[in-house]
Amino acid sequence: MLSICARGLTKEFRVFQSRSGLLGAFRDLWNRNYRIIRAVDHIDLEIYQGEMVGYIGENGAGKSTTIKMLTGILEPTSGDLTVNGYHPHRQRREFVKTIGVVFGQRSQLWWDIAVKESFRLLQKVYRVHDEQYEKHLRRMIEVMDIGNLLDQPVRKLSLGQRMRCELVAALIHQPSLLFLDEPTIGLDVLVKDNIRRFLKEINQEFRTTILLTTHDLSDIEALCSRVIMLDQGRIIYDGDLQRLRSKWGSGKKIHLAVEENVSLKQLEKYTEGLAVTWSKRTERKVSAVLNHDTPVSKVLACLVERIPIQEVQIEEDSTEEIVRKIYQGGETNA
Amino acid sequence: MLRVYLEVIRIRFLMMLAYRVYYYSGVINYSLNIGVYYFLWNAVYGGATSLNGMTAVQMATYIAVTWMSRAFYFNNLDYEIAAEIREGQVAVQLIRPYQYLLVKAAESLGEGLFRLLLFSAPGLIIVSLVLPIQLPSFGSVWMKFALSLFLGFLINVQVNLLIGVLTFFFLNNQGLLRAKRVLVDLLSGVVIPIPFYPEWAQAILSFLPFQAISYLPSITLVKGLDGESFIQAIGIQLIWVLVLCLPILVLWAIAKKRMTVQGG
Repeated sequence: MLSICARGLTKEFRVFQSRSGLLGAFRDLWNRNYRIIRAVDHIDLEIYQGEMVGYIGENGAGKSTTIKMLTGILEPTSGDLTVNGYHPHRQRREFVKTIGVVFGQRSQLWWDIAVKESFRLLQKVYRVHDEQYEKHLRRMIEVMDIGNLLDQPVRKLSLGQRMRCELVAALIHQPSLLFLDEPTIGLDVLVKDNIRRFLKEINQEFRTTILLTTHDLSDIEALCSRVIMLDQGRIIYDGDLQRLRSKWGSGKKIHLAVEENVSLKQLEKYTEGLAVTWSKRTERKVSAVLNHDTPVSKVLACLVERIPIQEVQIEEDSTEEIVRKIYQGGETNA
Repeated sequence: MLRVYLEVIRIRFLMMLAYRVYYYSGVINYSLNIGVYYFLWNAVYGGATSLNGMTAVQMATYIAVTWMSRAFYFNNLDYEIAAEIREGQVAVQLIRPYQYLLVKAAESLGEGLFRLLLFSAPGLIIVSLVLPIQLPSFGSVWMKFALSLFLGFLINVQVNLLIGVLTFFFLNNQGLLRAKRVLVDLLSGVVIPIPFYPEWAQAILSFLPFQAISYLPSITLVKGLDGESFIQAIGIQLIWVLVLCLPILVLWAIAKKRMTVQGG
């Protein structure tokens, strides 16, 4: 079943452009110049129930605007959009009962009152039955370890504590679709781990679809089977992380330290038939760059019996490096 | 759905309790205002027993009742909505399955009830011991006052919603908010009772919603309006409640369409 289906989804904003200088400021009083900015430009999305999808892109690529359209906050300028079977903006009040949202930079808990009062209000807002609420909430409180925070007002919580509470608040009504807009921003490693584990659990147990925007690619590596990359309002990649690596990452590298001098010719002979490029760094240190489909094990197997190896090091582009390359190169390289 | 709004009222009540200093400073503020206006009008009367159809005692009572009513109907809804729009917090409001404006109205009712119970009622009793005022004994006139005061509250909430929603179109309307606050006090009869305005001003005021916020409820209690004049006062208030719904709904519908969320 499709959780999200978008066709040609587009959002344009009209922004006021001020003229320069004092004279310009006076002219702005009479007539204003507007410029149309297309924040999201004809994107197509299909996300199935139970998927965990990472939505990444540079600042200003249009991620947040997309999320705001998908959650019904903004009305699309054009395009078709169905989320959980609803038209998010037109059927907003029915639709939002089926989703949960966490904005990393905004709180959805009531600032001045105890956390548990916020939870109780949300229970009423989403009309969750007492029995179901108690059971579900108790478990979430246990997993997120927020039991001792419930009596404190939100303004007294640390960011990590607040974020865990936010996540619980977003899931009180057991939504089938969860939007996370930079949920781990500013959190320490332990809290991040805790949150990721929790997200995995609810995804497996309730088949909750999760759409996650983040700048922290380790979030994506830990959670998402699928990545959608946005650049200037357009999707430039949609697929699994593995393919992203193989498409844009340079191949793996093997660095060897050998006991006695070997020539490059010898090495090339040993690994004949495999797509490997050898280079020599120093007398006893050589490196091999492998093509994407050359397994490391095969290369090593060809060598171990023929030359005495002291040390092996295998190097791979990190996701971060790959993404940096794509951002820098822009769409043309992609 | 009603349960949600009841819960919202309860939460707001709790929030008011969380800010005690704000509450205490309000007590001082209101006692000062009542004192200042009492002595000011005392000077204006200067021994005369009656001016513009109000006796000196009625005037003192009017001042006490008006300010205690103001404690109930007054709220900063417009500022809150403006702040939520400016800071983009309105996005969070829109992902909840409720009517944003109704929730805001319910919140202000929670705030109003808090002040009515912990502030206005005890305050009015204390003032009646200190100042020479004459409150009617308990009876139907208090019920009429309660009804009229509630309608006044609704109209004030609606005016605030209207001004608050305008933030969507101006994005920064601090000036408008401030001007509104002063205007409502001036034109609703808190600062000067309506009969003390010149005739032409009274004529204009009768076409504005402000007198229905404060003057009509207060005069209902002070003069003990009954029969036709009471029905007329309530009628004017009801009409304003209905009339003000229209621009709010229209502006809100447009605002939702043109919404841009500030700050990412």
